Amino acid sequence: MRKVYLDNAATTPVLPEVRQTMLPYLDELFGNPSSLHDWGDAAREALAASRNQVARLIGATGNDVTFTSCGTESNNLAVKGLALARQKKGKHLVVSAIEHFSVMHSARTLEKMGFELSLVPVDKYGAVDPAEVRRRLRPDTVLVSIMMANNEVGTLQPIKEIGRITKEHEIVFHTDAVAAAGQLEISVDDLGVDALSLAGNQLYGPKGGAALWVRKGVRILPQLDGGIQEEGRRPGTENIAAIVGLGKAAELAKDNLADRAKQMSRLRNRLLKELPPRLGHTDVTGHPTNRLPGNASFVTHFIEGEAMLMLLNSKGIAVSSGSACTSRALKASHVLSAMEVADELAQGSIVFSLGIDTNDDDIDYVLEMMPPVVERLRQMSPLYAKYVK
Amino acid sequence: MPIYSDKVMEHFMSPHNVGDIEGADGIGEEGNPVCGDMMTFYIKVKDNRLEDVKFKTFGCGAAIAVSSMVSDMAIGKTLDEAMEITPGKVAKELEGLPKNKLHCSNLGAQALHKAIDDYRSKQKGKGGGKK
Repeated sequence: MRKVYLDNAATTPVLPEVRQTMLPYLDELFGNPSSLHDWGDAAREALAASRNQVARLIGATGNDVTFTSCGTESNNLAVKGLALARQKKGKHLVVSAIEHFSVMHSARTLEKMGFELSLVPVDKYGAVDPAEVRRRLRPDTVLVSIMMANNEVGTLQPIKEIGRITKEHEIVFHTDAVAAAGQLEISVDDLGVDALSLAGNQLYGPKGGAALWVRKGVRILPQLDGGIQEEGRRPGTENIAAIVGLGKAAELAKDNLADRAKQMSRLRNRLLKELPPRLGHTDVTGHPTNRLPGNASFVTHFIEGEAMLMLLNSKGIAVSSGSACTSRALKASHVLSAMEVADELAQGSIVFSLGIDTNDDDIDYVLEMMPPVVERLRQMSPLYAKYVK
Repeated sequence: MPIYSDKVMEHFMSPHNVGDIEGADGIGEEGNPVCGDMMTFYIKVKDNRLEDVKFKTFGCGAAIAVSSMVSDMAIGKTLDEAMEITPGKVAKELEGLPKNKLHCSNLGAQALHKAIDDYRSKQKGKGGGKK
């Protein structure tokens, strides 16, 4: 059976070149970078090289990159670490309503610790209005955190405009670029951000290697206590193999960014344009054009996302859904709720996240397999029966 | 490891008794689309037995498998026997359901019971019911 993996927002495969680069660090180059002998030197060298590769991907300098274990850790460190380092100045945070849970729940934890939290709403496309960020700033605001691109609906956020506002008010600005890194050109200076999170397993690197970039001179409180690894910002023995993999993946992403984005955008546009008329009663979610190259997301009326996902899986197609039934918590996507998509309609969420290997044949296959899946579930649906009547 | 048992997958991939019944003797609806699952059951009754049961379901894989299983379990049973089908028994027949889906998706038995109640109240309305 044909296999078509369109869930790259969950995780990407590891590129063969990345894997090759990692292997020696699982083998003879096993040293601990804190050690002072040859084994330690080799590991230290690898760390420094990876730091530069990651920095280059986001237009930064290597010294300001801290390695972590995953995007969630980067976001926890950023939100909690930046806010707690400033709590003498104030205890107010501003984040958007569509942040990843690793930002949202970090902010909620701070709220329980006495911080106040303002959520910035989004429009029907899932975009933050910079003026809405400005309206929420207060003299005691110490951190703004807005994601660069949303992982579920793909909408790009006006980071540069928000960066100008936070700079004007001298407030620290973090962006979660986990979904964006590897798909969008990133220059931290151009964006005007003070901290940025990214993760290797979203850009064809391994799980276990991620990073938080923090602008030089910006104070951050570590969230783990331990030794002086990562300048004390993230103690703990470094996962060298994963970090080397992240570095290589970042290098490949930087060198091939424009080609990858062009190819993915073209195929994404095919899905956005061709799928709704084939299915009927199907709406694109997220911004029609200003979105991640790899994201094509929809809601389909009268049927539920998990059932669609499972039937597509039986045809060899991997996708994701923001429906309540798909989440362990059985809650519909907070992103679709923030966009004021009706709960009933959010149940019909389906998300295709394309990868760098996705091709026209894959899209043709999806366009062919999807209509019978939807039709089958509609024939079972009491909501469709009511609609037809 | 897949989240669903083989039995759930079997009923989800080829559900039994999907559809509605023209001139059904009783109709029962349970759940609502906002929380994710909604089921409508249609029954045909003859000599106090469920001669036919059909359903339409909006919901996840578990909800569809539950509906299919309930319809299988109910057909041929007397009304009183069918009233004894419980969500627990349905889950057992399906070789288990994921913990978080035990309640929300497992509404088939209630929908069936509502259809039987509907039939019974119609019979009362007719004054005694058909023999």
